[in-house]
Parts: sequence; C-alpha cells; structure tokens
Amino acid sequence: MDEIFSGLAHAIQLLVSADPALMEIVILSLQVSGIALALSAIAGVPIGAALGLSRLRARGLITALLYTGMGLPPVVVGLFVYLMLSRSGPFGSLAWLFTPNAMIVAQTIIAFPLVAGLTMAAVQGVDPALRVQVRSLGATRAQEIWAVLREARVGVIAAIVAAFGGVISEVGAVMLVGGNIEGKTRVLTTAIVLNTRTGDFALALALGIILLTLAFIANVAMLQLQGKE
Amino acid sequence: MRESAVYQIEKLKKEYSRRIVIDIEQLEIRAGEIFAIVGPSGAGKSSLLRLLNFLETPTAGQIFYRGQMQNGNAPLAVRREITTVFQRPVLLRGSVRENIAYGMHLRGERANGRVDELLATIGLQSLARASAVKLSGGEMQRVALARALVIEPRVLLLDEPTANLDPHNVALIEAIVREHNRARGTTIVLVTHNVFQAKRLAHRVGLMLGGRIVEVNDTAAFFDSPRDPRTAAFVRGEMVY
Ligand SMILES: Nc1ncnc2c1ncn2[C@@H]1O[C@H](COP(=O)(O)OP(=O)(O)OP(=O)(O)O)[C@@H](O)[C@H]1O
Ligand SMILES: [Mg+2]
Repeated sequence: MDEIFSGLAHAIQLLVSADPALMEIVILSLQVSGIALALSAIAGVPIGAALGLSRLRARGLITALLYTGMGLPPVVVGLFVYLMLSRSGPFGSLAWLFTPNAMIVAQTIIAFPLVAGLTMAAVQGVDPALRVQVRSLGATRAQEIWAVLREARVGVIAAIVAAFGGVISEVGAVMLVGGNIEGKTRVLTTAIVLNTRTGDFALALALGIILLTLAFIANVAMLQLQGKE
Repeated sequence: MRESAVYQIEKLKKEYSRRIVIDIEQLEIRAGEIFAIVGPSGAGKSSLLRLLNFLETPTAGQIFYRGQMQNGNAPLAVRREITTVFQRPVLLRGSVRENIAYGMHLRGERANGRVDELLATIGLQSLARASAVKLSGGEMQRVALARALVIEPRVLLLDEPTANLDPHNVALIEAIVREHNRARGTTIVLVTHNVFQAKRLAHRVGLMLGGRIVEVNDTAAFFDSPRDPRTAAFVRGEMVY
C-alpha cells in the first residue's frame, strides 16, 4: 500500500516538474498515434462514408471484414507488420523495423477499421428520408451527400476519438515492431510495461496518469462537440 | 396539350417490387390551381407526389412538366421549380432559422429578410435560434412549410401539411397556402385525408383509390354532385376500406 502512495506522490512530482525523460515519451506517443490517426482518418472517413451511402451487394461482406478488423488483436497486427518489415520481408529494404515509422504503420492498420466501420455506421444511421427531402429542396447529388455527412458528423468524430483511444493505449503492436528502445521508440504503454517490471512504480504510475488524462481529454472534447448539436 | 397545364400525365405506372402502386390513365394539373388529392391510406397519394417532384422514375408512362417530358432524372433547373412538404418532415441538425434558409443556401443565395418574414408568418420567431431537431411535431411541420416557401417554388406539393396541428395552426397554414396561391400563382397539389380541408382550399379535387384516379372534378361538383358512386361514398364518409 505504501508503495502505491509513495509512487503516486513521486508520479505527481514528475508530472509537475515536466521531467524531460517523461516528456520525450509523451511526445513520441502523441506523434506516433497522432500520425497514425490522421492517416487512418484520411482513408477511413471517405471509405466508411462511401460504404454507408452505397447500396452495393458486396457491402455485407465488406462490413463483415471491417467489423472483424475492429476487433483485431494489436499484437497480431504487430506480428504482421513485423513480418512485412523484417529484413527478409517484402518491405525489408525500407529498414523501418524498430523505428517510429513501423509503429505508425501498425497503429494505422489498427485504427483504420475503427474509423471506417464507425463512420459507415454513423452514415447509415442518418434517416434515409433526409436525403430525399434535401433533394426535393433542390440539392445536387453532391449537396445531398454533403447533407448526409453533416448529419453524421458527431458519429464521425466519435469514430476518430474511439480510434485514438484504441491506438494510444495499445501495447502489443508498438512493443513488437518498435522494440521499446529508450529515446527512440519508447512510448507510454511500452514504458509502463518496462517500469512496472523493473519496479519503478512512480514512473509507471505517472505514465498511466498521463495516458488516462489523454483519453479523458479526447472524450470530453467529443462530448463538448456533441453538446453543441 | 393545353398551355395552362403544369403537369400532363399519361398512362403513368409505378411498381414497387412488382406491385402496382400508381396506375393513372390521364391526369392534368393546371397552372395556378390548388388541386387536392383525397383518398384512403395506401391509395398511392404520397407515391404520386414523389413522381411529380421527379424524385423517382416511373415504371411506365409519361409525365410532361410544362410541356417537356421528364422522369426521375429531370434537370436540376426543373427540379428546383418544385418542392414537397413531406408527410413526415425531417429537419437538419442546426437552428430553425438555418433550416428555413436551407433551400437558399443550396442555391448559393444568402439568407435574407424572406427568412425572417416566414419565421413570423409561421409564428416561430421566438424559436429562430432553437435546435430544429428538438421541435415538436407541429412545429417541425410549420418549419418544413417555411423552408419550402422560402425558395418560392412554381409548384408546391403538400403531403398532409396539417396532420399534426391544432385547429389554430390548421387555420394558419391554410391561410398561408391560400395566400401563396393567390398572390404568387403558385400551383399547389394538396394531399389530404381531410375532405373538409379539400373543400375549403381546392379549386379541383381528385379521388385516389388503389393507385387509380377515380374522379376529378371541380370542388363544388366533387362534393355536391359526384359522378362516381365511390366518390359519393367517400365524401359521405361511408367508404369502406
Ligand atoms: N418505397 C416503397 N417501397 C415499397 N412499397 C412502397 C414504397 N412506397 C410506398 N409503397 C407502397 O405503396 C402503397 C402506397 O403508398 P403511399 O405512401 O403512396 O400511400 P398514401 O396514399 O400516401 O397513404 P397514407 O395516406 O397512409 O399516407 C402502399 O401500399 C405502400 O406500402
Ligand atoms: Mg402518404
């Protein structure tokens, strides 16, 4: 019990003093997950929206694939990216393994089905009558689609926030393809694993608090946006 | 074809999954008139309005709009002359004012005094900035009418526009409809369950049954000396469906 309290006190001290080693880890985490999120949103929002709007026969199959992708274990994604990027793998010549680039690739793959799948669900959730009524008011086809997307915007933001929560907190993939190298590929989650193992609970707790705070901020921001509706 | 016809319908058919929902031999809607369509639930009234707004393509037959044959792919300029107030209006997220201005926004026009005038006309000035999706059913219906009127359509299709309203607002909406028709010459097709409303507003009335137009007549004749026994029964409220 004492250990927890002294750990907590030390953690707060590290946070308040903006400890440089700590900050480095936080910044790398935000960079990796932020870039992965941006890439997955750039691809996932339009694809999810297109799927939500389309009446294709194959949509059922694509939906099943996306939903499976939403539940992909990060460690399996890590393994896959590892194999792709390892020296003998098809992309070995990039020499990305154990660099932040590899971590971005893995997290993009984890985030994409979340963004696309939840965007699709949000677009499908818009009342189909809305599209017809907007058309009746004189909308072009593009204006019609835009109106549907605007209606779905809260759901799209929720999709991006959910994906952020997913990648910032995953450990399996970044551990495998990044290697948790100090000053190079160490992020919040891998640092927590390491520091817990080595008994440095203060640093582990400080990192845990930051992780929770980031997730909390993202959700508060989303609720704020929802409240404005 | 008569110069005064806005719509000329010939042998129009619409099927949904092989079931015939609209089957109209011939029907004309004249420029500047209020044409009421009455008929029991499921007669095809809303389906006909969707065809008149060129939101769907007929299975067979033709619709001439102002002398030109059109279908579900009518050019934008034609579609923008026509709008519908739907039986179950769906408003957009955003304020009441934004919803009313929406048709202007679609046409690249700025919201202007017309929006405020309409807000006043429908008695919703105090809710101008309120969220449209939180309105009551009757308020939504009035906003739906205002957002249709703001674009000053040549043809206004009304699908049960007073279904959710109290007597005061029914009178208000009927006055607005009559005034728009009189002052601007807007052609109005009014679908209603309420035969008394048809009697109050329409110049001509058509009875629809099972996708067919049974009888079209001037309002007085429709009610006082109907040609078809089914019309007589419907007008007396004795129609069994
Ligand atoms: N999109 C559709 N797909 C399949 N069937 C449809 C569709 N739209 C309408 N129908 C069918 O067409 C028939 C006529 O429907 P419509 O909505 O035009 O009736 P209505 O006269 O407007 O009835 P109400 O007075 O209840 O509104 C109904 O049997 C309905 O089930
Ligand atoms: Mg109807």
